[in-house]
Amino acid sequence: MKFTAITTLILGFFLLTIPAFAQTPNAETIIQKIDDNMSSKNRIVTSEMVIRGNRKDRVVSSRGYSEGNEKSFTEYLSPEREKGTKMLKLEDRLWIYSPSTDRIIQLSGHMLRQSVMGSDLSYEDMMEDRKLTDMYDAKVIGEETFSDRKCWKMEMIAKVEDVSYYKRLVLVDQERFVPLKEELFAKSGQMLKQTTLSDVVQIDGRWFPRKMNYKDMLKAGEGTDFIIKEIQFDADIPDYIFSKGSLKK
Amino acid sequence: MKLAFQLAYKNLIGAGLRTWLNVAVLSFCFVIIIFFNGMMDGWNEQAKRDTIAWEYGNGHVLNDKYDPFDPFSLQDGHGQIPADAAHLTPILIQQGTIYPDGRMVSVALKGIDASQTSLELPTQALRESDAEIPAIIGTRMAASNKLEKGAEVLLRWRDKNGTFDAANITIVDIFENNVGSTDNGQVWISIEDLWKMTGMTGEATLMVAGKEYVHKELEGWHFESQKALLSDIDKIISTKKASSGVLYMLLLAIALLAIFDTQVLSIFRRQKEIGTYVSLGMTRRQVVGLFTVEGAMYSIFAMVVGCIYGIPLFIYLAKTGIAMPQASQDMGVALAEKIFPVYGIQLVIGTIILVVIAATIVSFMPARKIAKMDPVAALKGKLQ
Repeated sequence: MKFTAITTLILGFFLLTIPAFAQTPNAETIIQKIDDNMSSKNRIVTSEMVIRGNRKDRVVSSRGYSEGNEKSFTEYLSPEREKGTKMLKLEDRLWIYSPSTDRIIQLSGHMLRQSVMGSDLSYEDMMEDRKLTDMYDAKVIGEETFSDRKCWKMEMIAKVEDVSYYKRLVLVDQERFVPLKEELFAKSGQMLKQTTLSDVVQIDGRWFPRKMNYKDMLKAGEGTDFIIKEIQFDADIPDYIFSKGSLKK
Repeated sequence: MKLAFQLAYKNLIGAGLRTWLNVAVLSFCFVIIIFFNGMMDGWNEQAKRDTIAWEYGNGHVLNDKYDPFDPFSLQDGHGQIPADAAHLTPILIQQGTIYPDGRMVSVALKGIDASQTSLELPTQALRESDAEIPAIIGTRMAASNKLEKGAEVLLRWRDKNGTFDAANITIVDIFENNVGSTDNGQVWISIEDLWKMTGMTGEATLMVAGKEYVHKELEGWHFESQKALLSDIDKIISTKKASSGVLYMLLLAIALLAIFDTQVLSIFRRQKEIGTYVSLGMTRRQVVGLFTVEGAMYSIFAMVVGCIYGIPLFIYLAKTGIAMPQASQDMGVALAEKIFPVYGIQLVIGTIILVVIAATIVSFMPARKIAKMDPVAALKGKLQ
């Protein structure tokens, strides 16, 4: 769920109406191409989250089902301690089921600001599903080479007050139309978080990043990696998956 | 009665080591009871004094949506400071995160009027500093995060709309106090700075009442008096007293058991003496009284002996204090590095009454047997 939530968050950016430069492709075209390349009706992802600690790394594997930005369901497969934990997100609500207590709890308020399984990602980061067009004014501010790929550099400045991050900078692969890096900034200009997408491969005719590094820039360490092991686009996902009933199954 | 005291005194002195063993245990009990209670009373007084000086002032006026025991209420538990809030020091509390040496540490970011005098927090340092965002922290917070005076540390917070912001704060002073709840995990900055940082201008989470404050109803706010705020300390101390009471009650029980045994043995071995008393004209009640006074006199002796070594010990401890371990000082209640015991007259008299009455009762119980004795058989020393 985390991988898909962040990916869709970044993808959302590309749904923005970007004022096109004369020498750059039309923003609408870029967005459409990214959308064609990466979006799907739904997806099933089996992934690993590598959480880097001071002493040792932890690997948490999960299987996530998602439909658009608003519905997602994740089941943790390993390690033993997390096995069976399930998360369901429906629009702006998030429930977690823990097998050790056999209880479903809904996260709200400050609890959403807690870290997910000790990673650099908060529940709130996963919950953001507003269209970025509704939150930011965006423009293409230039070109940059990143990981030996030529990218468009895009800047977004908040146009509404209730956003978590005041500014975002995103680099998009000019050829494959895959976002490769996103930086999130505070009002003061301090960089807070950075997301790097890599290991871009072709899956079912789409270019898709198989690895994502999510890093809290104020904290020491190398951040949290999300690695896709297996992904299925436009799969047949039964409706009951996105219901509270599936948490206890 | 005078005769009973004289006889009891002579008998006890005559018994030698047996008497002094009983007296030693009972006097130790005396000293321990007074020591424990004195320490608890000293802690109570010190905790109250420090908590008033550093945290409670003359009471708190709290926003109705704020619950001090629920950190989740911080998000909504604040409001505009009422226009007629005289003699009140506003404090705005927000959650923040500091990053000392790349570690992420959640803190309560507290904005306080830098010119306040209601609390002993050294807020004048905030006023006098030229730093962009000056901050003061306590010694515990400084130690746990390895921060020193003059250090800069990155702080991340959210404004009123939930948007992240981050900037360096400068530690301009590190204060030392005994009130962990103003120190652990807390960063104090000027309320004006916090208003600017969060956009919550003119808002507060709570207000500390000054000495001249007279309470009147403020809409959206409620008053917690100093007494009500301190009641938690009273409850904690009384719980502590009860738990430590088990220890000295056990000790007292051992001492009383020793007296009881001695009494049973005396009555058994001194049957001829009892018979002689009766034959010389003492009533059985008088003989029972004599033995009871003998037993009770252990407590008088114990008091005297206890005074001999207890008073210098108590005076020494009251002067030097009792060192408390560092770990205990990080708990919620104010606890100084040293506790100076307080020995109230009430405590001393209460302890004397407790031990004397208890010793008298356990002395009387076996002595009742005398009333049933046949004086002739007693004179002959026959077992009854």
